[in-house]
Parts: sequence; C-alpha cells; structure tokens
Amino acid sequence: MAGKGIHIEGLKKRYGSGDTAVDALIGVDMQVAPGEVVGLVGPSGSGKSTLLKCLGAVIEPTAGRMTLGDLVIYDGGWKVKDLRALRRDKIGFIFQAPYLIPFLDVTDNVALLPMLAGKPNAESRKLAMELLQALDVEPRAKAMPSQLSGGEQQRVAIARGLVNRPPVILADEPTAPLDSERALAVIRILNDMARKFETAIIVVTHDEKIMPTFKRIYHIRDGVTYEEAGEGREFE
Amino acid sequence: MISLAGRDIMHAWGKFVFTGVGLGLLIGITLSMAGIYRGMVDDAKALLDNSGADLWVVQQDTLGPYAEPSSIYDDVWRGVRGMPGVARTANVTYLTMQVRQGGRDVRTMVTGITAGEPGTPGWPPYLVAGRQMTRGHYEAVADIASGFKLGDHLQIRRNHYTVVGLTRRMVSSGGDPMIFIPLKDAQEAQFLKDNDAIRQQRLRTAANPAFNRPQVPGLLDAVIASQSINPYVNAVLVQVDSNHSAEEVAESIRRWKRLTVYTRDQMEEILVGKLIATSARQIFMFLVILSVVSAAIVAFIIYTLTLGKIREIAVLKLIGTRNRTIVALIMQQSIALGLIGFVVGKITATLLMAPIFPKYVLLEPLDSVMAFVAVVVICILASIIAIRAALKIDPAEAIGG
Repeated sequence: MAGKGIHIEGLKKRYGSGDTAVDALIGVDMQVAPGEVVGLVGPSGSGKSTLLKCLGAVIEPTAGRMTLGDLVIYDGGWKVKDLRALRRDKIGFIFQAPYLIPFLDVTDNVALLPMLAGKPNAESRKLAMELLQALDVEPRAKAMPSQLSGGEQQRVAIARGLVNRPPVILADEPTAPLDSERALAVIRILNDMARKFETAIIVVTHDEKIMPTFKRIYHIRDGVTYEEAGEGREFE
Repeated sequence: MISLAGRDIMHAWGKFVFTGVGLGLLIGITLSMAGIYRGMVDDAKALLDNSGADLWVVQQDTLGPYAEPSSIYDDVWRGVRGMPGVARTANVTYLTMQVRQGGRDVRTMVTGITAGEPGTPGWPPYLVAGRQMTRGHYEAVADIASGFKLGDHLQIRRNHYTVVGLTRRMVSSGGDPMIFIPLKDAQEAQFLKDNDAIRQQRLRTAANPAFNRPQVPGLLDAVIASQSINPYVNAVLVQVDSNHSAEEVAESIRRWKRLTVYTRDQMEEILVGKLIATSARQIFMFLVILSVVSAAIVAFIIYTLTLGKIREIAVLKLIGTRNRTIVALIMQQSIALGLIGFVVGKITATLLMAPIFPKYVLLEPLDSVMAFVAVVVICILASIIAIRAALKIDPAEAIGG
C-alpha cells in the first residue's frame, strides 16, 4: 500500500505554547489505499476536525509525516510550496452541508475547480457533466443549488470533490443532514467513485447508520488514532 | 474562467439594481452640483460674450460694473471713442431688480443700452422673436427665460414698457434673465425716487439759503433740475478695431482718461474668480461631501454583501481559489454597482434634474468622463475594506469544528 493513497505517520498538532498549550493530535497514524473508503470516528473534542484540517493543508501540523501517493506533503514542515494548488489539485473536499456556490448552476459549481486549475471552460464543463451523469444528477445540470433537494445537493458536492480526480477525498460528516436511505446512498456513491477513480476517501462521521458500511474504521480519542476492522456491509 | 462577480450579480440582480438606483440618485445630485457650477461659469461668460465688448471702461479703482458699483459720466464715451484703436463705444447701465408684469414679478437684470443698431456694444446679439428696440423710450427686449412674451407690458419703477423682442441666453452672472431698455429710461430708473422723497428734496433745497437767493432768479429751479437727472452710467463698452490689441488700447485709456479698464480676460477673472468664487467653493464642498457619502455607501454595501458570503468565500479558498480571484469578485461587484449608479445618475441629472432646476445646469461631457473615472476610483477604494475582510476569512471555516 506504501506509495499509493494517503499515508500519515506520527502526526502531531499543538495549539498555543507554554502553560496554555493544547495537544490536539498526539500521534496519528493512518493509511488509506486508493479505492478505499475508511471511517474516522471520535467524540467531540477528540481531534477529528484538527486532523481533517491538517490533512486538508489548511493548518500546519507540529510534527509527523504525510504523503499523498509518492508526494511528500509534510515532513516536519510543508514540503509543497503552493498549498492552495495542492488543495485544488490533490485533495477533494465534501462538507457536512453541501456548501455549493449559490450563484453558480450545478454544472459550473462542479466545473469551477478545473477552471480554477486553468482548464478551458468547455473542457471543465465536459468533465463536470461526466461526473453529474455518473452521479445521476445530469438532468439538473442547469438548475441552481436552491432548486435541488438535499440529496441532489450532496451528490453535486461529491461531484465537485471528485472533478479534479484527486488522489484523496476528505468528507466531513457528509451524511449528517440526510435520512438513512439517502445517507446509505451517499456512502454507496462514495464507494463506487473511490473504486472508479482510484481515490482514497476518509469519511469523518458520527453517523451510526453508516458505520457498518466501512471495512476499516479509525477511532480517534484524545488526539490518538486506533484502527479497527469494520463490517463492510452493503458493498461486498 | 467564468466571471464569479457577473454570476453573483445576475443571481441577485434585483438587489444590485435597486442599490445601484439609490446610489445613482446620489451620483445624479453630484453631477447636477457640478452642472450648476458649470452653469454659473457659463452664465458669466455668456454675459461677457453677449455684451459684444472688448473692453470695459469703469470708475477708477473699482471692479465694476458687475462685481462692484461703478459710476462714470455718460459723456465719457466721447473721449474714449476718440482714442486710437477704438472702433465703437456705448454707454451701459445694469440694475438688478424685480420687474413686475400683471400679478407676478421676475428677478431680472435691467440693462440700459444706447440707441444704435445690432452689433452696437451692449445690444443683444440676436433675437429669437420680434424686433430690436426702435424707440427711445418704453420698449423692451427680454430674455426668453424671464417668461415674458411679445406684447407683454412690464412695469419698471413707475414706467410701463412693451416687450418688442425676445432673445436667448442673455443672463447676468447670477443667472437672472436680462431685460434691455433704452439707456435714458434705465438711467432714470436707477436713481428714481418716489414722489414724497422728491417733494421732500425740493423743500429742503428751497429751504437752503445758498440755493434760494432772491437776487439770483432761476438758481433754485436750476439746482432742482440738476437733482432730478442722472448723468451717470455704469460703464462704457468698447470695441477695438482689428489693427490694435485690446491690451494696448486699454493701457492708452487708463493713462490718458484716468479710468479703470478691463479686458475680456480680466473681466472673466473678476466674474469667475471673484464674483462666483464663494459659490464655487460651496459647490466644491458639496461635491466632496457627496463623494465621501457615495464612497461610504458603496463601501458599506459591498462590505455587507461580502460578509453575507463568508461561507462561500471560505469554500472557494479551501478548494484552491487564488486570492486575486476573490479580490476580482469583490472589486468587480463594487465597480458594477458604481457603473449602474453612474448610468442612473447621468440619466437622472440630464433628464430629470437639469430641466427642473431654476438655475442653468450645464452638464459638460468632460465632467461626465471625470465623474465616471471618480466613480470607478471611489468604488475600487470602497471595496478595499470588504477585500481585506474577505482575505482574512480562514478556509478552515468551511470545515466544521
């Protein structure tokens, strides 16, 4: 598995310094292979969001090592100069709420990322349409986000996360606002997409109803991760 | 790359248009204020241009006849006419007063002009209706802005005048329409007292033993007669012949006639630089205040719109949008708001405000161009606060926790 997916070793994050210092991450070790969807579970204050922000190159860890495929992105310091480009090209984000851009239609919400990466508008929209078709929201391609249902919005958000074909996707409680049926549908889509695009997906969740769907689950408690085998139901 | 600003505007076009209309009304007032100032300057220049004079001969050491009172004898023109380089001369009087017609009165500048023909200094250079004055008394030519019509009967002091001609753009430096009447009538009107005052003056003169000497018959009558005429005019207008320069002729008159003489440029400096300077400063202050208010409004609106998009901006930053794209989004919206405001303001100033303002409003194309540039600059500056706020948004805000 080494050299592919995402690999995290001994990741630490300390907020503040001196007497007021707080160690949010003490030792995080994770490895997610391409095409794999793993769960990241933990109570409030356990360090989930901090870990997600470190993985997303939004905040800088204090120590440790992170690699994306063969690319070392952190090893005691950032090894990539343009973190913005790293987020755009190598990391896909799916949020708790879809957070679609309200003034762009469905196609352009998805096509925006390749456009930002410098791809021509027509090519970007073509990539977007392929994903919208794969996620079964192509008929709503010209709709505005406010005209979509919650499930449709989340599928568009997944398409946006996948459109630049990133090696890793960070999904922050993507099923929280959905009912059981739709939550399972989203997880099914994530698994399909992970396999189809060889993407490693980390799903941060509290959602008990999707827990049995993961083959592997990372528990995080007091800034330390523990790996556990999951049931892997539904997607065998 | 698609235009994020354009999409955002189109998505909430109603909010943008209504905000732009509000801003446009403010810009319209600003443009109108500039137009009023230009109108004042143009009125001053029209007064000089339409007088047909190259030189103004006035009382020594005064800024007359428009900025200060000036009185010179009405026979001074003869001596001036004989100076080298002088082609034509004409006496003129100016008197700003209310002219009555029927039940209404109009503020006007009554101008006394000498008998002559069109082209004589002081005469209205052209008419839009009727004819020039042909009689020595009780005829008038009125500027059309006074509202008088051909055949109207006006009352100036005790006398009644018939409007025989109408002219256009003949206004004082204050924008009051001009009424032309014969010089003798104007001279009389300038110093005409009421009957009680005349009677009192005659009694006082008769009671003065120096004037009422039994051994000098006719002295009292001669003194009283001299008191009832006005031998003064406000200025002599001079046209210089083509072989001499105005400055050269003016210098000659100053030296030999011991009078103050102004050329066209000097008179324009007096009118624009002194007479309307205070009004111009006041208008300039209004312009500054309105510009600051406009900038504050644009800044507040753009800042509010930006704060309403914190989550979207955080998401954009998280997914790798460059800062310059976010800066462009905010700045383009600010400029778009300014453009809507400018178009609305220009239309408002031109079609709605200028026609209903009592004073002449001159909207110069160059002023509009300058206003356009100012609006764009103000909008760019006004967007800086919102841009600073947007750049401070942490992309981590898009991630929970």
